[in-house]
Amino acid sequence: MAFLARRHSVLPGFGPTLGFSFLYLSLVVLIPLSLLFFRSADLGWGGFWNVITSPRVVAACRLSFGAAFAGAAVNAVCGLVVAWTLVRYRFPGQRLLDAVIDLPFALPTAVSGIALTTLYAPTGWLGRPLDAIGLKGAFSPLGVTIALTFIGLPFVVRTLQPALEDLDLDQEEAAAVLGASRWRTLRRIVLPAITPALLTGFALAFARGLGEYGSVVFISGNMPMRTEIAPLLIVAKLEQYDYAGAAAIAVLLLVASFLLLLTINLLQRWSGRRHMRGA
Amino acid sequence: MIRRLDPSWLLAAVLLLGSLGCGGGGEQQAAGRQPITLLNVSYDPTRELYRDYNEAFAAHWLKETGQTVTLEMSHGGAGKQARAVIDGLEADVVTLALAYDIDAIASRAQLLPAGWQARLPHNSAPYTSTIVFLVRKGNPLQIRDWDDLVRPDVAVITPNPKTSGGARWNYLAAWAFALKRELGDLSRLQDPAQADAVAAAEVVARRFVTDLFARVPVLDSGARGSTNTFVQRQIGDVLLAWENEAFLAVNELGPDVVDIVVPSLSILAEPSVALVDVFADKHGTRAVAEAYLEWLYSPTGQRIAAKHYYRPVDPQHADPADLARFPDVELVKIDEVFGGWANAQRIHFDDGGTFDQIYVPGP
Repeated sequence: MAFLARRHSVLPGFGPTLGFSFLYLSLVVLIPLSLLFFRSADLGWGGFWNVITSPRVVAACRLSFGAAFAGAAVNAVCGLVVAWTLVRYRFPGQRLLDAVIDLPFALPTAVSGIALTTLYAPTGWLGRPLDAIGLKGAFSPLGVTIALTFIGLPFVVRTLQPALEDLDLDQEEAAAVLGASRWRTLRRIVLPAITPALLTGFALAFARGLGEYGSVVFISGNMPMRTEIAPLLIVAKLEQYDYAGAAAIAVLLLVASFLLLLTINLLQRWSGRRHMRGA
Repeated sequence: MIRRLDPSWLLAAVLLLGSLGCGGGGEQQAAGRQPITLLNVSYDPTRELYRDYNEAFAAHWLKETGQTVTLEMSHGGAGKQARAVIDGLEADVVTLALAYDIDAIASRAQLLPAGWQARLPHNSAPYTSTIVFLVRKGNPLQIRDWDDLVRPDVAVITPNPKTSGGARWNYLAAWAFALKRELGDLSRLQDPAQADAVAAAEVVARRFVTDLFARVPVLDSGARGSTNTFVQRQIGDVLLAWENEAFLAVNELGPDVVDIVVPSLSILAEPSVALVDVFADKHGTRAVAEAYLEWLYSPTGQRIAAKHYYRPVDPQHADPADLARFPDVELVKIDEVFGGWANAQRIHFDDGGTFDQIYVPGP
């Protein structure tokens, strides 16, 4: 900001827009979230600690974090391939495929949840073969991971696409001319350039997965200690009118996601800088 | 040097947003001949019931008083609806699944007096329901009563009592059945001299409910989710459901998919209705809101309830053909067996209660 202002940006309106941004962020994000902290403060430190260390909450958080991480990781790999395919090649039906990517965004989450459960239930198309090899699709931690993978896909693909489009083909050609193998070009030229976007996509998918409720409650089966997700416990606490307890779990999720997003942001800057220096 | 922020911009933005937030509201509806609007905040399975009832009541009110009344409905999970009213959804009347939810509105937001349940006949429940079993067509596993649900070959589907009000009735009905089987006569619960026998029976009941939930492969978060699991995904052999929901399911699916089985004993579910005094007075709708609730007990109200598969409290007014659909079943009251909702909620469903203990430590 200081940097922009010092150069006396050619665009007018720095003051008002910054003021507006602060105000808007406060109204839309900061004030609602700070209410959460106030609510959970009713519990005091001891009460807060008791809530977030109870075995149910710990088990649910382990599942939520684990499944969100696994889902985001799967998307980071598979989403990269999808984004690559969509950006680098031309083929019939491409526009259609590109539009399909956004469906998990657009569908009401309950609809995706019910559809996925139908598919992966022991009686479903995909659930039956899984069942035959001894894997439980729906109503298991695997089911939760599947739902979160579904939900997270657009985040990864949509953040990677612009980065891939911006890649300079000349660099790859130069690498090839200089005798680099295709694998080496990919590893040394392409991947470093898109790592920041990949990290962003991963972080967005992960954070979204952590809070996802609508689609997961259908496929998880909600068995205490085994397939309960953290947001379900928040709802369970609200059903008891235990606002403070619900807020405590929410604060835990919030702080964890914030730390994660912050870490990824730092990683991203670091990797961006390294890439620039290397280039 | 950072460019100076012009504080007048911030001030203007704050004022603008503030004035937006304060606009509207404060309108008073004058009672009398002017058209009037009433908001009824209800739970999910009453959609069809109140669609019919609202139409009948509006016609009745117009004829009686010459005033047009528009009825607005809000449906959703009972707990969620109660929280919405607590947080400021200005309902004139609430018609919810559990007295506990209306109690919460009274105690947490003081929107109606604590003694609300005594203001209308029959504990403010103009219609009742109960918990029945839905089984696969022809009842292949011969499931007849609660005992059968703990058999190792039976899988039971019920929503999670922590998130679904309906599931709490399921759980309590099973508990009451086990108590009755142990004690023979539930009036012994009230007898201080029988305390030892009652304590022993409670232990057995807890074992029974634990065994039953060990037969549950999926705990959906709500009743509709469980119905889906049972009907669409063909999971489980028996679904525990509200009687009115079970009838709706049979209607919807046709008679060759599922059968209703009525156990020997079940629980009397009393969906309660109440005037929300603070909001009704604010809107000036008290007279019509009270009439709206009282008319539920009228012959027309009772007939409409029975038509939509709720058991009317005054069956003589209902259509005999509708009544014939309700089999006789011994129904126990939550006040007699569990000492009321507040107690049941605290002992069984609050965090750390008996339901949680079933699952800790996890299997």
